[in-house]
Amino acid sequence: MTEHALADSPRVLVIGYGNPGRQDDGLGPAVALAIEHLGGPRIAALDAYQLNIEDAIDIADHDVVWFVDASLDGPEPFAVHIMAPAASIEFTSHILRPEALLAIARQMFGATPEAHLLAIRGYDFEFIEGLTARATDNLAAAVSMLTGRLGLKDAEVRL
Amino acid sequence: MSDVQTARPARKIVIDPVTRVEGHGKVTIKLNEAGEVEQARFHIVEFRGFERFIQGRMFWEVPVIVQRLCGICPVSHHLCAAKAMDVVVGVDAVTPTADKMRRLMHYGQILQSNAVNVFHLASPDLLLGFDAPIATRNIVGVIETFPEVGKWAIFIRKFGQEVVAATGGRRIHPRLCIPGGVNQNLTVEHRDRLLKNVDQVVKWCEAALDLHKSFVASDPELYATFASFPSSYMSIVGPNDEMDLYDGPLKAITADGSIIFEGVPADHYRDVIIEEVRSWSYMKFPHIRSLGREAGWYRVGPLAQMNCCASIGTPIAEAARADFMTLGAGGLVHATLAYHWARIINMIHCAEVIRDLLHDDDLQGTDLVVTGDRRPEGVALIEAPRGTLLHHYTVDERDQVTSANLIVSTTNNNEAMNRSVTKVAVDYLSGMEITEALLNHVEVAIRAYDPCLSCATHALGDMPLIVTLEDADGAMIASRVKQ
Repeated sequence: MTEHALADSPRVLVIGYGNPGRQDDGLGPAVALAIEHLGGPRIAALDAYQLNIEDAIDIADHDVVWFVDASLDGPEPFAVHIMAPAASIEFTSHILRPEALLAIARQMFGATPEAHLLAIRGYDFEFIEGLTARATDNLAAAVSMLTGRLGLKDAEVRL
Repeated sequence: MSDVQTARPARKIVIDPVTRVEGHGKVTIKLNEAGEVEQARFHIVEFRGFERFIQGRMFWEVPVIVQRLCGICPVSHHLCAAKAMDVVVGVDAVTPTADKMRRLMHYGQILQSNAVNVFHLASPDLLLGFDAPIATRNIVGVIETFPEVGKWAIFIRKFGQEVVAATGGRRIHPRLCIPGGVNQNLTVEHRDRLLKNVDQVVKWCEAALDLHKSFVASDPELYATFASFPSSYMSIVGPNDEMDLYDGPLKAITADGSIIFEGVPADHYRDVIIEEVRSWSYMKFPHIRSLGREAGWYRVGPLAQMNCCASIGTPIAEAARADFMTLGAGGLVHATLAYHWARIINMIHCAEVIRDLLHDDDLQGTDLVVTGDRRPEGVALIEAPRGTLLHHYTVDERDQVTSANLIVSTTNNNEAMNRSVTKVAVDYLSGMEITEALLNHVEVAIRAYDPCLSCATHALGDMPLIVTLEDADGAMIASRVKQ
């Protein structure tokens, strides 16, 4: 890619969230780590236990945002959803939805990045470190898809 | 079976927020034969399986592992476990650098966690009204009316996270503490970066308090009575009963401020607290031993911290505390909504403590770890953002953890939340209809405590509020889901 073309390419943010100490809940952070490992110009990856309101700053700084989370009962191996801003209020601070973060980014910073939710199917969520075998397969498929969408070269994914 | 059901004197209304992964929490409102509210229970999924997760681990791994418990306050668990493991390695006092690094991390964590509650969770209710339309009763709606709130919310939170990151490294897995000390000091670069913003953060916290007080002034009767009742309180306190959120012995007081116990060190907690298990909940019900099962419940968290302490050691927060305590007209403050006011005072205090610590050269010290003679057991206390947190571990001669007992803040507030929901149900339930107003008010009461749910997982899935009306036989009369 030429320097000029690189400057015109969208800035991409991948936020993978979940708890690696709860088996397949670690799918989101695993994707973030894989993307970080592969690298790529103008692509940033963040891992987090859960979304937080200050993530709106990072979201506003990018043209494309991929939220990556484990899903309890979605399609296998993964599903991709287009996300739009939608404010909400919860009864606990332990929940913050991607739509709400997009709404905050729009309201506070006037930013409306293209946003996707990559929902990777998980199966077990006990207090155990490490993904299940089936979730690991789904992770590989999801990372392969995402690297393709992001224009990253095929590479061995460190899972 | 039908005879038994007919004989039951009560009907139930079930409010059922389904958690994402395991089990569910729900609110059950029990009515008597006359259709009056008899009792309410807020059911929360407990940390099932956590003890098994810890057992067999090497004790020095535990301060890192326990962060998996909660995505909102991993730092609190990290620090409390480290304090317990200090005891295990025979260390009764860490070095000044280690102590201040841990305190810096802790106060940064409380600042950012309280900011989420105050701005994101509570401000829509308080500033827009409990019954404002759901389409606008959210942080975005608040920002439209009070644009500065969005700035405070995001940048105070960001500052707190930067403090945590400066002390502990990565945001998903801080690694500051090791048994007996810390891994690192604070670099001058980190110090100077934080110093650039800390005065602004203090000012924003003060402005947030002014805004909150304007809400209180708009309807003092609602503020004083909503979901409220007299109660006992418990927190740790520092020397001379000065507020200390990081370390100190336990103190508990009755609703009139009389001392129940004080000066109780962490390893004597079972002398004063009993953890009761009840059949209908996974949560334990701790209560004060001397007061017994029925009268021994208490509240923890910011409101308890204000009521239990005699002063705060930073000037702006101390002035705010003195002003706050006038709500009690010479006694304690019992208003449940006052949790939010107390939370903002805590934010001011945290910002002031951070500012003071950043000027302390001990943070650049190089004496980081102390060693001692191994002990088989360690207990520690800390005030987490939602209140008193206790970690208790036993460790065998092979350095493996053989047992773990945690009493988290939400567990301490278990009975108090039941009482608040009961009060709301008494005040707002009308007939057999599950109204939007009832749902809203139940949520407002729960938000005051901001309970930790089974919070270590965040897999996709909705968490709707499901309200089910049941008759005396347990049959559903009506159900209402709030997404």
